[in-house]
Parts: sequence; C-alpha cells; structure tokens
Amino acid sequence: MTRTRTPGISRRSTLALMGAGAMSVAAPWVARAQAKTIKIGMPTILSGRVAQLGTSSRNAVMLEVEKVNAAGGLAGRQIEMVIRDSKGQPQEAARVARELVNTDGCELMIDAEASSGAFAVHEVARDLGVFCIHTNSETSALTADPKQHIPNAFRTARQGVHDSIVGGSYAAAIAKAKGLKKWATCSPDYAYGRDTTAEFTLYLKRFAPEVEIISESWPKLFQADYTEVVTKILQAKPQALYSCLWGGDLTSYIDQANIYAMFGQMEVFAVNMADYTALTVVKNLPKGIHSGNRYIKTFPTTPENAAWGDAYKAKFNEYPTNWSWENATAIMLMAEAAKKANSADGKKIAEVLKGLTIKCPFGADGTVTMRGDDHTLVGYAIGWGTTIPQEPYVPEVKAGDWKTIFELEAEWKKSKGYT
Amino acid sequence: MDIDALAGCLSSSACLVTQTTSGLIIGMLLFLVAVGLTLIFGVLKVVNFSHGAFYMFGAYFAMTAYQLTDSFALAMLAGAAGTAVLGLIFERVFMSRVYGADVLMQLLVCYAFVLIFDDVVRIIWGPEFKAMGMPAAFQVMPLFIAGGVVPPYYLLLIGVALLAAIVLGIGLSRSRIGKVIRAAAHNPGMVSALGINTGLIYGGVFALGGMLAGLAGALAAPVRSLTPGMGFSVLIESFIVTVIGGMGSILGALIGALLLGLIRSFGSLGFPLFTEGLMYLFMVIVLVSKPTGLFGKEAA
Repeated sequence: MTRTRTPGISRRSTLALMGAGAMSVAAPWVARAQAKTIKIGMPTILSGRVAQLGTSSRNAVMLEVEKVNAAGGLAGRQIEMVIRDSKGQPQEAARVARELVNTDGCELMIDAEASSGAFAVHEVARDLGVFCIHTNSETSALTADPKQHIPNAFRTARQGVHDSIVGGSYAAAIAKAKGLKKWATCSPDYAYGRDTTAEFTLYLKRFAPEVEIISESWPKLFQADYTEVVTKILQAKPQALYSCLWGGDLTSYIDQANIYAMFGQMEVFAVNMADYTALTVVKNLPKGIHSGNRYIKTFPTTPENAAWGDAYKAKFNEYPTNWSWENATAIMLMAEAAKKANSADGKKIAEVLKGLTIKCPFGADGTVTMRGDDHTLVGYAIGWGTTIPQEPYVPEVKAGDWKTIFELEAEWKKSKGYT
Repeated sequence: MDIDALAGCLSSSACLVTQTTSGLIIGMLLFLVAVGLTLIFGVLKVVNFSHGAFYMFGAYFAMTAYQLTDSFALAMLAGAAGTAVLGLIFERVFMSRVYGADVLMQLLVCYAFVLIFDDVVRIIWGPEFKAMGMPAAFQVMPLFIAGGVVPPYYLLLIGVALLAAIVLGIGLSRSRIGKVIRAAAHNPGMVSALGINTGLIYGGVFALGGMLAGLAGALAAPVRSLTPGMGFSVLIESFIVTVIGGMGSILGALIGALLLGLIRSFGSLGFPLFTEGLMYLFMVIVLVSKPTGLFGKEAA
C-alpha cells in the first residue's frame, strides 16, 4: 500500500481542530448563560447481566424527576437527567462520571452504580468537588470509613451492616424459638457474598451463641448448576441455611433445590428473596423462605408506599426493585434540600442535606433521615418475613428496630477503627 | 480441604448414591453439549466457539413452547428441533464460507455470532433472567435409593442423555449415514468424488450438533435460570470435556463429561474451595500424560 497523504497536520484539520476548540470553550458558557435547566448526571448499569437493576434505577429517577419538574423544578430550575451506561465496569463508570461533569455540564450527580463502580465515582466526586449521591452501593465502608468521607458525597442506599444486624437478630430469634443450632451457608464467591455472609453469621452468633456453622458452600457468581452444592448441603443435614445468592443465581438455586425437596428439610434464610425481580420469576416459589425486604410495596404497610409501587408498575409495567426506591429517595431528598436552601447549587444543597429528615414512602415511620455525621441514609424500612408463592409474596414483615441498629452499628464502627 | 467429609461420604451408601447421581446429572448435560462440539470438530475440523449459543437457544425455545402449549414433551421437541434448524442455517449461510480459512478467521466468525446470538435473545426475550418452571408431573418427592436422594426429573434427564449417546454411538458406527459421515471426516475429497453431497453432510452434522446442545438447554431449562449469555460457561466446561476426552471422540466426550461431573460432585465435598481448580488440574494432568486426550487419536 502506498501512502498518499503527507504526514503532519493539514490546513483542513487545523481548522477543524480550532473549530472544535472554540466549540468546547463556548459550550459551557452557553449552558451557564441560559441556566434555566439544571443537568443531573447519572452513570448506571444499562447493559449486561444486571441491566435490569440499572433500568429500574433510571425508571425510579424519571418518575420522581417528573414530579419535581411539575412542581416547579429544583429551586425553580427544571431538571434534565443525563443518564449514561457504565456497562458495570468501574473504570467506565469513572470515565462517564467525569465526562458528565466536564463535557455535558452536569452540576449534580446521581451515582447509580453497584459497589465496585461507586468507589470509582466517589473518587471523581472527590476530585471535581461535584455534589454526588450514591444510590446503590450497600458496602458499609463507603460512608462508614472516615477515609472515604467528603463533604459533597452522600448515600441513599441501604447499608450492608444494617441488613446484617436486622437479619442476624431476626434469624437468631427463630433459631432460639425452633432450636436451630446447626446452620449451613451458601453464598456467591466474591466480595459481596463473603462479606455479607460473615456479617450475618457474626450477628446471628451474637444473638444466638449456641449456633454452629457446620457447612459452607461458595458457588461461583453466575454458576449454572448448583446440584453438587445442594446435595452437599443435604449431606450435612443442617437445621437451617443462610444464602445471599441473588437474581438469576437465586432462582436457579431454588429450582434445583426444590426437586431435592430441600425446603421441607430445613429453614431457609435468603436475604435477597423478597425482591420482585426474583419473586415474579420463580415459578414454584416454596412457602416459608425467610427473606429480608428489598423493595416490596406492602412493607412498610402504608398507603403511600403501596401507591408508589402501583404508580411505578402502571408506568413501567413491572414492579420496582431494591435499586428503585434507593434512587427515588435520592431525588426526594435533593428536591427537599434545594427547596430549603432555595438554591440548586450543590454546595448549598449539601449543607442543608446534612441531618435532613423528609417524609418518604420508604421510611420505617414515614420519614427517612440523611445522617449528618457520615452522610448515609437511616430510618428506612428494614425487616424480614416469610414468603408465599403469590402476591403479596411476603405477607408479614417483621420490622427491624432502629435503636438496636444504631447501637450495634456504633459498636461495629468502633471495632473497625472508624470512630 | 475437608478430606474427612469426602472419606465419610465414600463410606456411606446414602451419600455415595446422592453424590454420584449429582455428578451424573452435571456430566450428562455437559456431554450433550460437548458431543456436538466434538462431532463438528471431528467432521468439519472447525472449533465451533458459538456452540454455547445453541444450548441457550434450546432453553429459550423450550421455555416459549412450554408457555404456549403447557406440554413438556413439545417443549423438549421445540428445543431440539429449533436448534437443529438454526444449526443448519448457520452452517450453510455462514460457517460453510470459512472452512478453508485461517483458524483465527473461523474463531472470529464464531465469536461474532456469540455476541450476535446473545443480542438476538436479548431483543426477543429481554435482558432479564427467566425461569421455565418445573412441569407439574415432576413436582414430586424425590426418590430415596439406598438412603440417597434422587429427584425423578434427573432420572429422566440422565435417561434421555444416555439414549442420545447410545443412538449416536450405534448410528455413527453401524448405519450407512454414520459410515458416510465418518468417511467424510477422514477424506472429504474422496467422499465427494464418489458423488456424495458433502455440503449436505456438513450441514447435517452441524444441525445434529446444534440439536444435541439445544436438547441439553431444553432439559436444563426447568432447573436453570435463562439469561442471554448463559451458553458461555457451559461452552468452557464443554471444551474441558473435549480436551480431556480427545477432540473428535464421542466416547471420549461421554467419559470426559462424566468424570468432570463426578469431580465436581465429590470435589465440592473434599475440596470445597478448589472444586473449579480441580477440573482444570485434571485437564492439565491428562494433557501432560496424553496430549491427544483420553480417547483422542494420534495426529496423522
């Protein structure tokens, strides 16, 4: 092949470059001059295996943004959401986040990433100083660890340690009542599975010291077949089983364990069962699986929560997920803080948001609070119950006690050297 | 490591029965996928990296047919027949163009179709996971054989796969078509010169391979969740099976798949943290001691 162009920069490309340069300098200026709308950037996972969760985050945000805009916007400015796919990759999430602020001119950020991406976006927020709410990462350290703390970042997701305390105390009460001493665990073999299982068993043993873990299984994430795990657990003959498998892995596991009649032989505690994504997919949901609440429109049992779940279903033709309520809460808090601050400025919103309590359909007592000292959401509805195969799926949820959660959380933070 | 648990299991008939059937189930499904892979390689000399997609399509076809007709038999038929047709079209339209090409070219075409097929599934059935559900006829208490637990559905699954293995083995060695296929694998030029349409044979072999993978997918659909991309992990394990058993050998695929299934079921007891690694370790040992695989023929 012969080369026809001379190397170096041609006149034409120089002009093009100059033009592009002028555009990029001019663009933010134009955006600021108009200043009618406010752009909120949102990296989330819209493709790949957990795309459904990212989509449900987007849906929930749009549902709430519509309401805020109809009521006059964020301190008088209409919200424009700029939502981008991170494909679930942390480096892509960070790149998208940076681009949203620097190129698209987003002034606020909703980080709807899973934990791996959230830590990456958190560093971008630290670097750029942009106001940011993490909506989906449940990893406790994101807000509990003082090294992570920055004044402009908050979290509206549930927190792993809260779940473990409530789950552990709920399971311990049943263990004591039914004399369940021999326990097995079966959780996916990656950071979330290992950490969550360790925290759950920690609190289970704390509330019921006689409990003994006699068998552990760690199937791979997205494993197709669990038969050997199921039979291994059957051999161990535990009285109860804990699992934090989720999504398609959990439904596979249930189908495969079902034909071994496993659910009749032991009490099963599956923290991620009571989420509509799993509940509506499993065809033969066994009765009586204990699960933590993720999102369920019947808990808290208030008309506000039921109405919110129905409105979401009516608009998107499916039920909300755990990620949905966490994202909706972020917009609710943001709107209330902007109203109080009478400004859509990120710094001012952050100031007001600290310690702010708002009315919220997902609150344990009808309200949720953005805790001031570690910028994480507290007071949300959290509880455990048992499943039935049809709606409402989890008819009765036993609510966790926030007083106990606070006490044990403080103790846990101390043990980790966070306080 | 938990050697005590493994030893305890080996000395108990209940545990032995449960874990052996558990290994057979994993192995038999794997065999159905791997045998297609090995058959296609044996005759067409193509490593079909998109083979996992047929497993996936088999599962989705079965689920859809089951939802429409509520018949388990029709669901299985739809899974197998649908993927056979798909295999034939895929071979005639695309794969037949790259037979003489570089291995890299074949690999790229196959890989492109892995992505395309995944997206097709995403477009038709959606990105979220699905479940077919166990047919009512099999929602029964498991059988207890010598104290071990065996679900009736898995007995059917093992039976169907075993039947496929026997029909395939006898068909290839005894029937005229089988002999032609073997001849085509050995010397396609001569078979063609004898007036036999090799294109038809190639298409037929690909359809057969696709059908077996589709049948595996259909049989797995009631117990495994269906997602776009579900064929990929099965494909990797099928490769291990064919490498252990020997590329191109049907008996090798059967023995390799069963060994792998048993390694998983007993390995998860004795080496819970190293079950996956155990499979690869076994593959390495076979490769080092017999590079052509257990039943592979020496390269000519």
